Amino acid sequence: MAAVLPSAGKQSQVSAQRKSRTGYFLLLPGMTWLAIFFAIPFVTLFMTSLQAPVAGKSGQYVPAFQVSNYPDALAEYWPQFLRSFLYAGIATGLALLIAYPLAYFIAFKVGRWRALMLVLVIAPSFASFLLRTYAWKTILSDEGFITSFFNALHLLPDDRILNTSIAVVAGLTYNFLPFMILPLYAALEKIDPRLLEASNDLYASAFTTFRKITWPLSLPGVVAGTLLTFIPAAGDYINSELLGSTQDRMIGNVIQTNFIEFRDYPTASALSFVLMAVILVMVFTYIRRAGTEDLV
Amino acid sequence: MANEGTHNVEDLHLTNLTKKFGEVAAVDDLTLTIPAGSFFALLGASGCGKTTTLRMVAGLEEPTSGSIHIGQQDITNLRAFQRPVNTVFQSYALFPHLDIFENVAFGLRRRKVKNVDAAVNSMLELVELAPMARRKPTQLSGGQQQRVAVARALINEPDVLLLDEPLGALDLKLRRQMQIELKRIQTEVGTTFVHVTHDQEEAMTMADTVAVMNSGRIEQMGHPADIYELPKTAFVANFLGQANLFAGARTGTSSDSIDVVANGINFRVLSTRNSAPGDEVIVGIRPEKMTILDLHDKDTIPSGHNMLEGRVIDVSYAGVSTQYLVETQWGQKVTVFEQNVLVGDRSSVGDPVVLHWSPDHTFGLAGGETVLADTAQILAVGA
Repeated sequence: MAAVLPSAGKQSQVSAQRKSRTGYFLLLPGMTWLAIFFAIPFVTLFMTSLQAPVAGKSGQYVPAFQVSNYPDALAEYWPQFLRSFLYAGIATGLALLIAYPLAYFIAFKVGRWRALMLVLVIAPSFASFLLRTYAWKTILSDEGFITSFFNALHLLPDDRILNTSIAVVAGLTYNFLPFMILPLYAALEKIDPRLLEASNDLYASAFTTFRKITWPLSLPGVVAGTLLTFIPAAGDYINSELLGSTQDRMIGNVIQTNFIEFRDYPTASALSFVLMAVILVMVFTYIRRAGTEDLV
Repeated sequence: MANEGTHNVEDLHLTNLTKKFGEVAAVDDLTLTIPAGSFFALLGASGCGKTTTLRMVAGLEEPTSGSIHIGQQDITNLRAFQRPVNTVFQSYALFPHLDIFENVAFGLRRRKVKNVDAAVNSMLELVELAPMARRKPTQLSGGQQQRVAVARALINEPDVLLLDEPLGALDLKLRRQMQIELKRIQTEVGTTFVHVTHDQEEAMTMADTVAVMNSGRIEQMGHPADIYELPKTAFVANFLGQANLFAGARTGTSSDSIDVVANGINFRVLSTRNSAPGDEVIVGIRPEKMTILDLHDKDTIPSGHNMLEGRVIDVSYAGVSTQYLVETQWGQKVTVFEQNVLVGDRSSVGDPVVLHWSPDHTFGLAGGETVLADTAQILAVGA
């Protein structure tokens, strides 16, 4: 037995090496994909953002190093930037408020109906994003019962919902809700119910147990969910386009019109870059803060 | 700490406590008084209702009927967080996001007790974990986590500390060590410990009172040695250690003993050691109380001893003792333990032998063959 062991050890070392090499091979398709569809476009986008216009010819640009594209774009479009983050922030907050109780309910209360409930959460995604947003146009229309209801209570400043910021935020909240629910559910589902019993046993009321045990343990889900909601919501343009007025345009709309209508590629590229950078900075600050004890 | 000086530990009373899950009674009309300051063990196979009883005392399960009192105070309708009772959970249920210090401090902080730091430090001292205060639970070994769980409950100075299979997840050696440790802590703090376990050895080593539970009821309760030496039911005889049981019928009664004939053999059972009210009696004897002899040494047996002839069918040597399996004429297998104090020949397989034992160790139980069969079935399912 003793004589066999060392050679067995060597063999497992060799196979471990082989395994790690296999790992790299498995990365290859993904890396290639990223290189072609992310790295190269990324560089192209950056170069476009520095291009200079050809005098007298609209929509034509030459390679340059025109850094002023950035301050120019920001000076013109900073309100849309701010609005994007504001709308995305409110939508994320609302989504969290709606999703947390729902995810909690699915994780702890529904028992064997869990799978069905999760399918129901995802079910709307079987219809296209665009279609669902169009549907909201009908739901929130001036003649619709929601608008009439709130009007009866005199709660609407403009006597309508469609084509206001309320509709845009509502659309964003609705469309990205599943991205909030699923990570929250995953985090809550992992919590051992005995921890809640233990907390209860140690003089913590239901509310204190939530505050001291459930909430901190669900934080990874909260962080993942808010990021998965906030990031796409900040860059979204469909909701603003379909549900908002021209006063509610977000940075996604600006980038879209600059690319497609004005054919101002450098400005659009510069805006895309700034959006990306701002989101990255926000996400890193957020994650770092979430990772520390003081958020717990 | 908060109540020091004015705090009198009081008895825990369970009165007609019943818990039904659907039609099944997990705990069936249980009435029990657990004296203040005792180390009380609820012993039983899984599904006997011991954990349900504990959870009802903790307030984690609502009784179907009956009441729970600590001293004069009725706690039946108090919520778990309002009860002066704390639990050491089976899987410890330590809070993974809090360090050891904060885990232990949890109960004190909820009650807004002052001087949390000093209390936590001295508690960590008691369970010998002071250097681990800033570690997270996952960085500790099983035995250390177990002690944190005890400290976290005990620091609140509960009237009653509930322990739900607290040593179940530990390996044998560590379990032995923790048994002694828990006993030490209990003696030191003097709190009432109610300990739920399926491990009879654990119950016997630690508790000063053991209650053996079966099918939601208490079969027998008392000092471990008393229960072991004089079980009152076939279930207890089998669950707490091993026993050889012979179903028979009473044939005669004298001033201090009765005669029982089982399988044609006459046994004498002292009246004080007989709990069978009627004529159907099960005669019982613990394996280590029997002496095994070669059949031709039969005449050396002291008069008045019970005896039984048979043939050795298995011998297993276990260091301190040797375990013999002896088959009687009617085919029943009898277990005998013999301390390995004698030098020389032991009985070997095939030998005709005679077993004998004093009536002082013989016990009589109520019931006949059916009781034995039922007991065997319950134990087989529980194991």
